[in-house]
Amino acid sequence: MSAHDHAGHDHAHGGVAHGSLKGYLVGFFLSVILTAIPFWMVMTGAIDNKQATAIIVMAFAAVQIVVHMIFFLHMNPASEGGWSMLALIFTVILVVIVLSGSLWVMYHLNANMMPGLHEMQQMP
Amino acid sequence: MPESLTKFIFGRLTLESLPLHEPIVVATFVVVALGGLALLGAVTYFKLWGYLWREWFTSVDHKKIGIMYMVLGLVMLLRGFSDAIMMRLQQAIAFNGSEGYLNAHHYDQIFTAHGVIMIFFVAMPFVTGLMNFVVPLQIGARDVSFPFLNNFSFWMTVGGAILVMASLFVGEFARTGWLAYPPLSGINYSPDVGVDYYIWALQVAGVGTTLSGINLICTIIKMRAPGMTMMRMPVFTWTSLCTNVLIVASFPVLTAVLTLLALDRYVGTNFFTNDFGGNPMMYVNLIWIWGHPEVYILILPLFGVFSEVTSTFSGKRLFGYTSMVYATVVITILSYLVWLHHFFTMGSGASVNSFFGITTMIISIPTGAKMFNWLFTMYRGRIRFELPMMWTVAFMLTFVVGGMTGVLLAVPPADFVLHNSLFLIAHFHNVIIGGVLFGLFAGIAYWWPKAFGFRLDPFWGKVSFWCWVLGFWFAFMPLYILGLMGVTRRMRVFDDPSLQIWFVIAAFGAVLIAAGIAAFLVQIFVSIRKRAELVDVTGDPWDGRTLEWSTSSPPPAYNFAFTPIIRDNDAWWDMKKAGYRRPLSGFKPIHMPKNTGTGVILAVFSVALGFGLIWYMWWLAALSFVCLIATAIGHTFNYHRDFDIPAAEVAQTEEARTALLAAEGARA
Repeated sequence: MSAHDHAGHDHAHGGVAHGSLKGYLVGFFLSVILTAIPFWMVMTGAIDNKQATAIIVMAFAAVQIVVHMIFFLHMNPASEGGWSMLALIFTVILVVIVLSGSLWVMYHLNANMMPGLHEMQQMP
Repeated sequence: MPESLTKFIFGRLTLESLPLHEPIVVATFVVVALGGLALLGAVTYFKLWGYLWREWFTSVDHKKIGIMYMVLGLVMLLRGFSDAIMMRLQQAIAFNGSEGYLNAHHYDQIFTAHGVIMIFFVAMPFVTGLMNFVVPLQIGARDVSFPFLNNFSFWMTVGGAILVMASLFVGEFARTGWLAYPPLSGINYSPDVGVDYYIWALQVAGVGTTLSGINLICTIIKMRAPGMTMMRMPVFTWTSLCTNVLIVASFPVLTAVLTLLALDRYVGTNFFTNDFGGNPMMYVNLIWIWGHPEVYILILPLFGVFSEVTSTFSGKRLFGYTSMVYATVVITILSYLVWLHHFFTMGSGASVNSFFGITTMIISIPTGAKMFNWLFTMYRGRIRFELPMMWTVAFMLTFVVGGMTGVLLAVPPADFVLHNSLFLIAHFHNVIIGGVLFGLFAGIAYWWPKAFGFRLDPFWGKVSFWCWVLGFWFAFMPLYILGLMGVTRRMRVFDDPSLQIWFVIAAFGAVLIAAGIAAFLVQIFVSIRKRAELVDVTGDPWDGRTLEWSTSSPPPAYNFAFTPIIRDNDAWWDMKKAGYRRPLSGFKPIHMPKNTGTGVILAVFSVALGFGLIWYMWWLAALSFVCLIATAIGHTFNYHRDFDIPAAEVAQTEEARTALLAAEGARA
């Protein structure tokens, strides 16, 4: 429970947009479709190239994340006075930094190792 | 009793686990036990248990929780400092074939415990406590967004601290250094309970830190007084907001990486092992993705404190408010782009190292901008050198040196020479003591009258100040020199006798710091005794500028009888200039949250869960986990969470203050 005195705040604007039945149903069916297609692709092997399949499955997953955020989490640029959007952008930036940075760092950790016997022998 | 039953009940806890063979630990235990018994006895004798439980332990009042955080930080500071001075003594005498007085097993635990305690259980509680106490007052709120969560967060932090303290007497602590790098912290190289204590203490405390971060972000965004736009928030509130954003964004990384380490140790996964596809480097990478933002979590709120103190004691509006805010936000983002500078030497190539080297150097630009803002605030100001301002000036002089050695370390080729040397140790103590700790002392001296209604004694404060500042310079400048000569960190004995003099000087510095801590404790004691002399009834002893100084000292439970309306950055200064009159009538009932003991109970179960996991007492772990979940669910059915302070009671409190102010006015 908040001890805050709510007088002086306007809840008509900038509050959470509560979903309608229609919104939930649209979200649900979109999610089902976006799940069913990758499932079908993997089970039947519709595309021979496994790597291409994997990339397409990932792409569907990304689209589904957006669907969930719009229809289930009710996010739009105006919700919570823009704070949700700001938080989302910040989170995406950090996740991108952490993931891409970690991959970059981990693939370069062998660049500067102590010279081994092999290199030592080639030294003048 | 059959052996299997003993093993079932006690796990791997046996009588041999008690460090009875370490005379130093036994002596410490005796002292701590006697002191603890005396304290418990005194509380019982003066019949304070009920008072403490009702008014403090179960309190959801952000002010009381803030004060309890500060007490926790202070108690743990004593422990962390004991470790520090033991290390200094060992290094000062372990020359010319002497082994010193600490064996390797004990010494390695001491330097690990020192780091863990100082960061997680001294700096973090101090910073969180300050934010907890000040932020709601500065934004004109009556409490935080989630008062129960706040109490729960505090007790989880205490729970973590209790686990670390328990490791001193039951079993042992990690011998891995404060970040517990694998493979050393893996089960093969550290099969004992030390690393498990480390993991579960941090996991329990981490829950508290993360939840408290969420709580304060929500409070700052949702509960500002009407008229206080983002760009009218006091700078301390801004830096607190950025700090809590960093907490929420980075502590989950720590939780995840410690969970992976725990899985490696408990169920035999291979995330960070040398074999089976594991990679210890990934641990180092991940823990520094948390670790670098962590140092900004510690320093940013103190930048806020210095901003408040500088502008108050210069009698001027803060120079460059907007640039201060942007500098804080830029530091928040940049702190996520520099983590690799903690492991330049781990094998990355030139492209990776130069990228992270350059981002690290860039981060000094917003920090430098802040420094100039403080200087320009002081420029042509009417500066009053009260205690908080003294700490601020000492900070500016000390921190700049630490910042410059930091930029030096940011150059990868230089880092290859200085990595893990005492130069690094001197650098981060220079910024943490010179920045975080000096800032905390400035903040404590500044807000103490707000919290308790009387000032701190200036004489003992100045004694503490000079001991700390000189002690710091004596203790850490020799470490810079030793580091440049190539002495590495965490050494127990030394061969080269020419180094000894530097370690002796450093030990002398540590003794001065000990005197500083003692003087600080004396200062508190003396101030409490002389509280009638040091009393402040105005609620505004420093001629302050921000909203917390508009209410009484200590503030009433509801903070503000009426929610203030904000028209300017320095809200209270603006109100004073506009001839603000306290409203004396028309009080309404005030809706407030109710105290609850659930936070304490949840934390007790969490400690039991951690203890069970550490000692492989699976029944205890399972039982306390079930109790933990049941209590948490049970609490959701507690519908008696709020009450109204009747208007008559508010009127009575406010009238008492009116009478006090009138008496003071008559005396003046």
